[in-house]
Amino acid sequence: MTALAPLALPAATPLIDANWLDYTLVAIYFAFVLGIGVMARRSVSDSIDFFLSGRSLPAWVTGLAFISANLGAVEIMGMSANGAEIGLPTVHYFWVGAIPAMLFLGVVMMPFYYGSKVRSVPEFMFRRFGTGAHLVNAISFAFAQLLIAGVNLYLLGSIVHALLGWPLWLALIVAAAIVLSYITLGGLSAAIYNEVLQFFVIVASLLPLTLIGLHRVGGYGGLKDKITAFADAAPAGAKVAPAAQQLESWPGQALSGFDSPFWSVVGIVFGLGFVLSFGYWTTNFVEVQRAMASKSISAARKTPIIGAFPKMFVPFLVIFPGMVSAVLVKEMIDLKGGGHPAGGASGEGVKYNDALLLLMRDILPNGLLGLAIAGLLAAFMAGMAANISAFNTVFSYDLWQRYIRKDHSDDYYLRIGRLATAAATLIAIFTATLASNFSNIMDYLQTLFGFFNAPLFATFILGMFWKRMTPTAGWVGLSSGTLSAVLVAFLSEDAFGSASQGVIPLSGQGASFVAASTAFVVDILLSIVVSMVTQPKPASELKGLVYSETPREDLVDPEEASMPWFQRTMPLAGIALVMVLILNFAF
Amino acid sequence: MSDKKNESSAKASGGHTAGAFDIRNIIGSLLGIYGLLLLMAGLFMDTQEAKTGGVNANLWTGLGLTVAGAVFLLWARLKPIIVPADVEPVGDDPTRPAPRRRPGGH
Repeated sequence: MTALAPLALPAATPLIDANWLDYTLVAIYFAFVLGIGVMARRSVSDSIDFFLSGRSLPAWVTGLAFISANLGAVEIMGMSANGAEIGLPTVHYFWVGAIPAMLFLGVVMMPFYYGSKVRSVPEFMFRRFGTGAHLVNAISFAFAQLLIAGVNLYLLGSIVHALLGWPLWLALIVAAAIVLSYITLGGLSAAIYNEVLQFFVIVASLLPLTLIGLHRVGGYGGLKDKITAFADAAPAGAKVAPAAQQLESWPGQALSGFDSPFWSVVGIVFGLGFVLSFGYWTTNFVEVQRAMASKSISAARKTPIIGAFPKMFVPFLVIFPGMVSAVLVKEMIDLKGGGHPAGGASGEGVKYNDALLLLMRDILPNGLLGLAIAGLLAAFMAGMAANISAFNTVFSYDLWQRYIRKDHSDDYYLRIGRLATAAATLIAIFTATLASNFSNIMDYLQTLFGFFNAPLFATFILGMFWKRMTPTAGWVGLSSGTLSAVLVAFLSEDAFGSASQGVIPLSGQGASFVAASTAFVVDILLSIVVSMVTQPKPASELKGLVYSETPREDLVDPEEASMPWFQRTMPLAGIALVMVLILNFAF
Repeated sequence: MSDKKNESSAKASGGHTAGAFDIRNIIGSLLGIYGLLLLMAGLFMDTQEAKTGGVNANLWTGLGLTVAGAVFLLWARLKPIIVPADVEPVGDDPTRPAPRRRPGGH
């Protein structure tokens, strides 16, 4: 099937051979999601309002919704691509790059967010620093959403391509139309319902995929043997990481791309574990919102902590299939061995991003295949819809209403919002073609997070704990942080794809870690220097925004002391921390 | 319309079970339907064991999902969530606004 180059044909042979049963399973999922969305929009029952207000939702639901909002493109395709390319060190994205930050969010930041009632990142920036930082942040946030929507759209398009065999550009347009109809039909208004459903469907399809995959290669022992044999036999030109680096998580040189094991550990712990992951998890309000909907500070704090428990085990469901794919699927073996097999989900040659889809094609029977497709479509669709909506909000309210046309009617801004949604979907088609230039989508995403999240985290954290930080420092720090990360990526070997100059000898995700760390350090330093020579805001305006100016009783839940220990925040966070340490030593 | 509904449910002894809108019922029915369909596929369709390495994957996943779905339905049945008599209508989530409810008036 892949021996022929199917590029020129308008409808090449589909990569995945789905039958009526698979399509039925996909259709059932859409019927559920859209059905709930329509009911929620019309409020056909007060039960719906009751659930959507979140106050009824038990902690397991908000916890699952919290990680499910993130269980999209990044996790599923990116992590399996990474697993196929570099193996086990990918677990650092979970055990170093997510869990500590989620616990930090629950223990330190959440009471603060919950108490200050800030509803979005630009809103925090406006109240803490005023116009300058707000404008910089709103523009860069809107821009980042468009780029990330492109990543989701690209992955969605690649599934449509794999199913129907249409060329990528057509698949992208179809996928964009699917997302637009999902938004218009109300799929987003019941976001919490969808996220929880999505979580179960994804686990229900990835668990059998992992188990069957491991069964096919002879268990975990067999997988290790095959990876070792492959790494030993691979030609030097293919740059396959040695088996020891693919099968041990530390020091993770295959991930960071650093030659020195010491600097690799530093890069992973500081770049990924601190700057990138704290930046991502603590300032990502699409996720923080899930927690803020809950009924008390205690419940809000527990949301990310409860989410941390399933999150610890997600890597087994996404990385193992990637690793299996690299030794079982013909095209992936060829690719990893330095070849350039034709075909793939994009139709422009097989990439690491295809690891999961190709494994599904090879080992899932029809039926389970449909379940897996439903899960993937759901995740990317919801992910892109969330990006588009976040863009829409920031564009209509933070940019258009505040800076361009003030004081118009609600209807006016709703119209602007609808135009923004349509425009963002169109733009995403172009940013999706940008994303398609990267063989491993994870490289691209980490680069983007370095540009946008790392400086944001620096400004956030400094502004939150240092009341002397001035409004000027806010916008200077943010913009210089982003610019310095862009500069590093541009000078590295490949963080920008082909646009990078190769002046700094860094490649892969190590380059993104360095770019992010640079952004963080530059942002902090410049913010401190600028704060020294400019005028701070009066302390009275900082209540609820700066730690030292916020009354302690706003930050704790008086009822928590009376709960049993397993319902309290700190013991739960302690257990999660110990478990993640054990996992780090075990692998 | 929603006013009437609130009134009538307030009269009815202040509260009723969430019924079909309980999230556990929704999860349970989706997983249950999937489970039964895969179970059928495992029993009556080509099991494609060359792909799975000799395992009837549809059958086993179907069984697992059916059980999981039943557990969720049973859980919701045994410990129903009571919706209080007065439910504030939710505002739109400002981070995920897409289709907004019509703002008041007409």
